[in-house]
Amino acid sequence: MSFLRSPRAIPYLLLLPSIVVIAAVVLIPLIVSLWSSFTPYVLTRPATLFQFVGWRNYLRIVSSTDFWWAFGRTLLFVTVALNLELVFGLGLALLVNKVTMGQKTIRTVMMFPMMFSPILVGFQFKYIFNDAVGLMNNALFSLGLITQPIPWLVDGVLANASILAAEIWMSTSIFAILLLAGLLALPKDPIEAAKVDGCNPIQVFRHITLPFLMPFIYIAMTIRSLDVARAYDMVRIMTNGGPAGRTELLWTLMARVGYQNSQMGMANAMGYVSILTSILFTVYFYRKLVAARRYMGGAE
Amino acid sequence: MAILCVPGLWVVLTAFRPNVEIMARPPVWIPQDLNLDNFRGIFGLLPQQQQGLPVIEYFRNSIVISVTSTAIAIIVGMAGGYAFARFRFRGKQALFVSFMLSRTVPGIALSLPLFIVWSRLGLIDTSFGLIVVYLAINVPFTIWLTDGFFRQIPVDLSEAAQIDGCTRWQAFWKIEFPLARSGLASAAIFAFLTSWNEYALASQLTRTTASKTMPVGLMDFTAQFTVDWTGMSAMAVLIIIPALILTFIVQKHLIAGLTFGGVK
Repeated sequence: MSFLRSPRAIPYLLLLPSIVVIAAVVLIPLIVSLWSSFTPYVLTRPATLFQFVGWRNYLRIVSSTDFWWAFGRTLLFVTVALNLELVFGLGLALLVNKVTMGQKTIRTVMMFPMMFSPILVGFQFKYIFNDAVGLMNNALFSLGLITQPIPWLVDGVLANASILAAEIWMSTSIFAILLLAGLLALPKDPIEAAKVDGCNPIQVFRHITLPFLMPFIYIAMTIRSLDVARAYDMVRIMTNGGPAGRTELLWTLMARVGYQNSQMGMANAMGYVSILTSILFTVYFYRKLVAARRYMGGAE
Repeated sequence: MAILCVPGLWVVLTAFRPNVEIMARPPVWIPQDLNLDNFRGIFGLLPQQQQGLPVIEYFRNSIVISVTSTAIAIIVGMAGGYAFARFRFRGKQALFVSFMLSRTVPGIALSLPLFIVWSRLGLIDTSFGLIVVYLAINVPFTIWLTDGFFRQIPVDLSEAAQIDGCTRWQAFWKIEFPLARSGLASAAIFAFLTSWNEYALASQLTRTTASKTMPVGLMDFTAQFTVDWTGMSAMAVLIIIPALILTFIVQKHLIAGLTFGGVK
């Protein structure tokens, strides 16, 4: 009891509510799911939760081609999406930073997609890419570019491209906002100095702006990689993993196995794989971030 | 800029147009007939319709769940952020990292085990169940932002106040809290938007109007093979409006919050 009143206890007391909440919502369920991934757990038969089968679920996943396709597609999807979002976000931030008049309005407009719920983005793009009433086909028809409707969400390749477009639309502005925050904090002196020394705008960008922005870029990457799985909502709505599993990501596959086939044990085993994937991305970017910060600190 | 707006605005526009115009072929580009029928439709106010969707209940659930979990997340997260910024204690690094790692767990991956635990505890289909979940999702990010903010504020200020006779609590409340306010505002908006827009967890942990939120309610518009585009768009507008208003109010704090909070 005396420890609780001592000053040493203060930080622990302040952190106690956070610890309790996260333990209740994240830690305990994860332990349960770790256990259940070693059982043939089926929701309708609760007794199966206590039947230990060892690595069987994991072995089944590893030998499943559906799983490896989903895994590969997820890695590709996340990599492509993050890179394109970075490029577009950087471009957007640089443009907005150039604008002198009405910057506040433009900033608000820029944040527009951020307010959309991922599930709403899913619906919205399902509507836009709809082959009968969608904006996309209507526009192509009106321009006389096509005579047959393009089945955007029915063709495997096009469906993936459509999902990618939706994801990029939704998240580019997050990158843009974070990078704009970086640009606004950019010190003016080095740029002036570089200009006096005769650097052209590209050189200024390459040698001064970009290195300064690196920590911001990695922050954005870290934040985004934390919620890459938001693509679940969109994919669920736009194609639900179809056509014939051609747009299946780890997360939609997992939900299908868990809730529709009610093989909770198997799904939880997949869950662990997808969690490890997310952590891998986050740790990678976080390390880059720390390195970039150290570099900045050394340069100053 | 145009590309950013068009997909969103197209949906907003659809919300005000009649179904015949949407389905028309060749497409009608310039809306001829804008009205509020789709909104009346989802509330069940059209004469040919007996019943609308329980949109009001969904909206109420969404508001209750998002606001409550945001408010608690800010208080809990602020306490945590303050502890990380101002105190040295054993296990600090490890604790910070494990908080951040808890955020990397994808919502959908968490939904399966949560479903198992929550159904045993009888928390499925309750607002309370979702509030606790969103609280846990928002706390790590809030801690991260507020930690950065409190670091920005010189320790000298609160020490000076304490020498002048304030208790630590008073010093925090009178000096540090007002200075960190814009950071808290940006943390709050992120927390609110996360809970307001969340779907993966809500879709599995809710069942009826007792706890269904707006994003889950949106699914009511899809039948097996068809989607009621106009009704859906109208609902979409209802979902966007609160987020839009809130973001507009705090957008000034948002960029400042990000610049000084997380990054430095």
